[in-house]
Amino acid sequence: MSFDSVSMVFPDGTHALDDVSFGVDEGEFVTIVGPSGCGKSTILKIASGLLDHTDGSYDLADDNLGYVFQDSTLLPWRTVMKNVELFDELRKGDKSARRANAQRVIETVGLGGFENHHPKRLSGGMRMRVSLARSLTLNPKVFLFDEPFGALDEITRQNLNEEVGRLFKELNFGGLFITHSIPEAVFMSTKVLVMSSRPGRIIDEFDVPFEYPRTAELRYDPEFARLSGEVSKSLAAFH
Amino acid sequence: MKKRLGTAWPPLAVFAGFIGVWYFYSGVILDEVERNISLPYFHNVVDIAFLDGENRSELLSATWTSAWIAGIGLAIAVALGLFFAVLMSQAKWIERSFYPYAVLLQTIPILALVPVIGLRFGFGIGARVIVVVIISLFPIITNTLFGLKTAEQGHHDLFTLHKASRVTRLFKLQFPSALPAMFTGFQISAGLAVIGEIVGGFFFGRGATDLGNRIQLYAARLRAEELIGAIALSAGLGISVFWFFGFLRNRFTSSWAEANHT
Repeated sequence: MSFDSVSMVFPDGTHALDDVSFGVDEGEFVTIVGPSGCGKSTILKIASGLLDHTDGSYDLADDNLGYVFQDSTLLPWRTVMKNVELFDELRKGDKSARRANAQRVIETVGLGGFENHHPKRLSGGMRMRVSLARSLTLNPKVFLFDEPFGALDEITRQNLNEEVGRLFKELNFGGLFITHSIPEAVFMSTKVLVMSSRPGRIIDEFDVPFEYPRTAELRYDPEFARLSGEVSKSLAAFH
Repeated sequence: MKKRLGTAWPPLAVFAGFIGVWYFYSGVILDEVERNISLPYFHNVVDIAFLDGENRSELLSATWTSAWIAGIGLAIAVALGLFFAVLMSQAKWIERSFYPYAVLLQTIPILALVPVIGLRFGFGIGARVIVVVIISLFPIITNTLFGLKTAEQGHHDLFTLHKASRVTRLFKLQFPSALPAMFTGFQISAGLAVIGEIVGGFFFGRGATDLGNRIQLYAARLRAEELIGAIALSAGLGISVFWFFGFLRNRFTSSWAEANHT
C-alpha cells in the first residue's frame, strides 16, 4: 500500500491532508500519531476507499483489507458468531466454509465459548476482539486500525496491543495503525510517523527496532522510554 | 410469585380507589334517576352487562367484530406504512415528496372525513376498515422511517466497504436497526386502530355489529350498564393489542437491544 503526495480537501473547504507520502509493505507495521483532528482517520478512509482523495496518487496492492474502527461496530442483533460471519456473508461465501472460518478466528482471538452471546453481554475489550476476528476472516494482507483501543481501560488495552502484535507476527500482514497514544505507537510498530495538525502532513519518522514478540516487559526498557520521548518531543514541536 | 404480587398490588390499589370514587359519585352525588341513566353502581354494571348471559354474548360478539375489523385495518396500515417508509428511506427527494401528505393524513380530523368515506364506499365494513387504516397509518410510517435512518454510520461504512447492495443493506442493516422503533409505531397504531374502528362503527352501521354500533344503541336507549360495559371492553381491547405488540417487541429485540423503552 502506498500514498504518494496525497492531499485531501473536503467539499466544505477543510484542508485535511497535505502532500502525504508513505508506504506500508507486508510485514511492516506503521503507526501514525498526531493531535486530534489532524486527519489521521481520513488517511484510513482514503486507504479503504470510503473517501476519494483530491490530489496525488494512492495504490493498494490487494483489496483484501482488514479495517478495525474506533468503535467495535458490531451489529447488536447478531450473536458473536453471526457478527464474525458478516463479511463472508456479504461477499456471498459458501455457508459451511463461512462458519468454519468464523469458528477458527473466534478461537484465534480467544473467544471460544462466546459464539452465541450478543454484543451487549460482552465487555468493551471482548467486543474489540470480535471486531478484530471479523476482519481476520478476510485473511487481509493489509490491516487498518483506527484508534481501536482508545476507549478501553489501560490493562485491556495493553493486552490487546500484545494480541495484535502476536497476530501481526503470525500472519505477516501490513499494518497501518492510528493512535494518539505514543507508548502504544512505539509498542506496536516497526515504524512511527508523526503528523502535524491540520492540514495533516507527515513531519517525522522513527524506526522502531525492537524484536517481536514484544511483551509487557518492553514498556520498562530504557530504550523504549528514550524512543517514546523522541516521538513525544517531535509531536510537541509541531503542536 | 411473591414478586408478581409485589408489582401487581399498586395498580390494583389504584383500581380499588377508582371503584371507591365511582361508588361515592353514584351513591352520594347522583340521585336515583340520574344514577340509572348515567352512572349506575359498579356492581350493577357487572351484573347487567357481564353476568346476564344474553347481554354478555351481545357485548362479546361486538368486541370480537371490532377486534377483527381493527385487525384487518391495522394489517393493511402496517403493509402500507412499511412500504412508504422504505420508499421514503431510499432517497431524500422521495421523502420530501411524500412526507407532507403523511402529516396531512394525521391532521385531518377523521370525523370530517367520515361522510366522504361513507358516501364513496358505503356504510358497511369496508368503510370502517378505511377509517382504521387512515387513523393508524401515520405512526407506522414515521416510526419506521425514523428507525430505518437510525442505523449507525459505522455500520453503513462496513456495508459500503463490502459493496453491499441496497437490498442487502435494507434487510441486513436498516430493518434490524429499525425494529425497536417500528414496534413502538405498531404499538401506538394498535391503540389508534381500535379507536378508529369504534368511531367508524358510530357512523357505519351496516354489516357486522361492533362496539361502536352497540355504544350508539345503548346511549340512545339509556342502557347505562351495557354502555359502560361496552366502554370497558373497548378499553380492554385497546390495552390487549397494545400489550400484544409490546410482547412482540420484547420477543424480537430484548435479547440484544441495549435499552428497553416500554
